[in-house]
Amino acid sequence: MSVRQDMPKQDPAVRRSNFDEVALGFTAEQAVAEAKRCLKCKKPLCREGCPVEIDIPAFLACVASGDFAGALGNIQEKNSLPAICGRVCPQENQCEFRCILGKKGSPIAIGALERFVADWGRKNKVKAKARTAGEKQQEKTKVAVIGSGPAGLTAAADLALMGYQVTLFESLHAAGGVLRYGIPEFRLPKSIVDYEVGNLSNLGVEIKTNYLVGKTITVQELFDQGYQGIFISTGAGLPRFLQIPGENLNGVFSANEFLTRVNLMKAYLFPKYDTPIKIGKRVAVVGAGNVAMDSARTALRLGAEESMIIYRRSRTEMPARLEEIENAEAEGVALHLLTNPVRILGNEQGNVRSIVCEKMELGAADASGRRRPLPVAGSEFEIPLDTVVIAIGQGPNPILLRNTDHLELDERGYIKTDPETLMTSIPGVFAGGDIVTGAATVIAAMGAGKKAARSIKKYLENPDR
Amino acid sequence: MVKILEKKQLTPSIQKFILEAPLIAGKVQPGHFVIVRHSEKGERIPLTVADFDREQGTITIVCQGMGKSTKEINRMQAGDFFIDLLGPLGTAYPIKRLGTVVCVAGGLGVAPLYPKAKALAAVGNRIIAILGAQRKELLIMSAEMESISEKVLYSTDDGSFGHHGFVTSPLREVLQEEKVDEVLAIGPVPMMAAAVKVTKEFNVPTVVSLNALMIDGTGMCGGCRVTVGGETKFSCVDGPAFDGHRVDFDELAKRQRYYREMEEAADHRCRLGLEGVKE
Repeated sequence: MSVRQDMPKQDPAVRRSNFDEVALGFTAEQAVAEAKRCLKCKKPLCREGCPVEIDIPAFLACVASGDFAGALGNIQEKNSLPAICGRVCPQENQCEFRCILGKKGSPIAIGALERFVADWGRKNKVKAKARTAGEKQQEKTKVAVIGSGPAGLTAAADLALMGYQVTLFESLHAAGGVLRYGIPEFRLPKSIVDYEVGNLSNLGVEIKTNYLVGKTITVQELFDQGYQGIFISTGAGLPRFLQIPGENLNGVFSANEFLTRVNLMKAYLFPKYDTPIKIGKRVAVVGAGNVAMDSARTALRLGAEESMIIYRRSRTEMPARLEEIENAEAEGVALHLLTNPVRILGNEQGNVRSIVCEKMELGAADASGRRRPLPVAGSEFEIPLDTVVIAIGQGPNPILLRNTDHLELDERGYIKTDPETLMTSIPGVFAGGDIVTGAATVIAAMGAGKKAARSIKKYLENPDR
Repeated sequence: MVKILEKKQLTPSIQKFILEAPLIAGKVQPGHFVIVRHSEKGERIPLTVADFDREQGTITIVCQGMGKSTKEINRMQAGDFFIDLLGPLGTAYPIKRLGTVVCVAGGLGVAPLYPKAKALAAVGNRIIAILGAQRKELLIMSAEMESISEKVLYSTDDGSFGHHGFVTSPLREVLQEEKVDEVLAIGPVPMMAAAVKVTKEFNVPTVVSLNALMIDGTGMCGGCRVTVGGETKFSCVDGPAFDGHRVDFDELAKRQRYYREMEEAADHRCRLGLEGVKE
């Protein structure tokens, strides 16, 4: 059986002190060799695993024959953010998980190939798909998309390709949502976000930054201004804290704050950029998802001597992608598993001095199906620290929700939608991504954006609405 | 891009700007703030809306040069542009007819105080203002406050104008002499903490407005968290105004100091050994 190509990466000892991209991408030879491994299944299961429905076998066939432009065209039929998806999608749970080659050996590196094709297109200045004349007929119908993260970008691109006049509203000063403020440069270079967001402008999407819908303008006012369909894709956007003593000490950050300072505000380039970040020598990140791994690896690059993950369950339950855990460990991030923070201690200046944790053991399965961690009596111990990053997830940000009349929420505070149409309790207002599901993945949000675009089209085309 | 229509120096370190911002001017209420960014490398700076004109479509902001970004902002001129302006943010201050309201401000605190005091006066409250500064030349917006207050008392740390000392002495005198329904106190953290200590003795409800550090201003980062009545609140969405008797000022003061050395270093253009970090 053919062997899966390995993606070249920066050496861990080198990359842990720079913000350059870790994974370097396939060469053209590697890409062709990898794509040739495809078995061309009659019933391609990989496609079923893709939330944005990319015709994977078709693009693989193009790559195998060296037709990279053809491959790019195939991908762009369905996905307007391929360089991003090729980097941050959890392919191992999706397309690659379904690949038949994976039953006995290694699945095709579909994600790496998507990335290769997208990067090839960008380097060779291949223009992204534009609207054709026939698709321009709906241009007078205005659609608003609120929030420019993965769900919003996907919906906006699809709606623009369908011919609608789309305006994308973003509260921050730059578009991209979590791709901009959350995912670090070394995993997703911001020049790539700039490029793929820029492609939306080429499709005719108008991007309005510094618009906080609910405050700067309300949903009702968008209707009053002639928008006929509205898609809410604001993300989760309210950091959770542990609710333990000492959490408001200096040096305790939400992962959102920590990553936003570094990624959006470029605090890693302080004082060239004005926004500072303090890191100290020893950093602990509480949580074990992708955001936690991003934070722990960022801490190393900011100059921390030690960076560690504190997680109350065991390795098996860690929600981060395996690849991200491996990358973090290779760079020297230590894992304190079955360890639960109890309180954070500070000095006279109110700065973090240490964290007190207790050891845990796994009991019976809980509601999530995972074994419930239980504290071990008398196991408290103290870890000296300078910085604590809390990366235990997000709740729904209340600003738009509080300022939109008649918008129904579920018992957790997320927006209630019809599972088929994604329409909310307000006719013509749709919602998708983390603000509906709670914090999930980039690709799940993109899938929702795609579904919403289709559903909005159907709604707008219905004369009886 | 947001145009600066007018600029006026209030003190050598405090500048007032009138910005062309019709969308925000149409929505803003007393107590709201905005976030500005003056350059691609600048910080997101939260500033209270110090006044607004819905018809002209303008808002007024007042900025004190503290760190690198704010000092650069204060060098901007009429005709220059902010690259970003987001707002209105925060929870509006509820304007009710309360009776007699004592409005206490220290230093730059007059800027966030004025729109609230103005709105309180407009619904029939009797306003007594107490304005304090280090010295006479640093008292700002006194004409505006005079125009809406029954009386204005002054205090300066050096005694160059009005009462010699802090705002707490005239505040105590007013509370001893009058029945006061609410105190609104805005200024540096030590001033608010001291004012609240006095009003507690007289059991007078007191509202303060906090200037916690923040990034996005929309509840996303939690950098602006403050402890109020033992609970963690986000200044940006739950505030910036809170019940002064319940705020943990000690924690707030410490949080505000966290980046001070770095800000000073940046301001002096020190490189802090970061040469060679790639952009």
